[in-house]
Amino acid sequence: MPRITITSVFVDDQTTALAFYTDVLGFVPKDDVPMGEHRWLTVVSPDQPDGPELLLEPSEHPAVGPYRAALVADGIPCTSFGVDDVVAEHARLTAAGVVFTQPPTTMGPVTTAVLDDTCGNLVQIASFAA
Amino acid sequence: MVGAVSDIYKALADPTRRVILDELVERDGQTLFELCTRLTMKHDVASSRQAISQHLDVLEAAGLVTRRREGRYTFHHLDTSPLREVATRWPTTP
Repeated sequence: MPRITITSVFVDDQTTALAFYTDVLGFVPKDDVPMGEHRWLTVVSPDQPDGPELLLEPSEHPAVGPYRAALVADGIPCTSFGVDDVVAEHARLTAAGVVFTQPPTTMGPVTTAVLDDTCGNLVQIASFAA
Repeated sequence: MVGAVSDIYKALADPTRRVILDELVERDGQTLFELCTRLTMKHDVASSRQAISQHLDVLEAAGLVTRRREGRYTFHHLDTSPLREVATRWPTTP
């Protein structure tokens, strides 16, 4: 039975991405291994240091640009992270200068918001009603 | 604009398009993703993203929705001004 140990987002610049995903979003660095001209660069949730890792993957392949441009134009996030309280996270991140394309919106049992990760992607945050 | 007014009846005739306008009244300036999510989650609309995009084309042609490009994103806005023509033509009795 396979387990989900890693997932990835394409990022324009790994150094910028590491800063955003740690300093702004609040993940912590996990692996940082030189690999040719790039790095094997992952972050994890601070409360799950051995949990699933997020790989900050270089976006240099020519297919990535059109793929991401089309998703972003339609407001479609490339991934989604769980938070305890979307409204509180939206307030915290907005104060930190993060741009949202969708403010907190409650739809049935879930509240979501969509932010720009400054690395070329839209990312959804979601919380479920208790 | 007689042409635009003639289009609003067709645009408003479809229930999904009316729901799209309802959701834009609730929050103006939504991405296609947000509109599709709202239609699915709140209204059980089973239409594809492409179908919703085509509904938005009809609403835009009728002047009821405008698309605004902001950087890499596109937002959809409600414009109810074409509806004024209806009230002017058939004034509601007080």
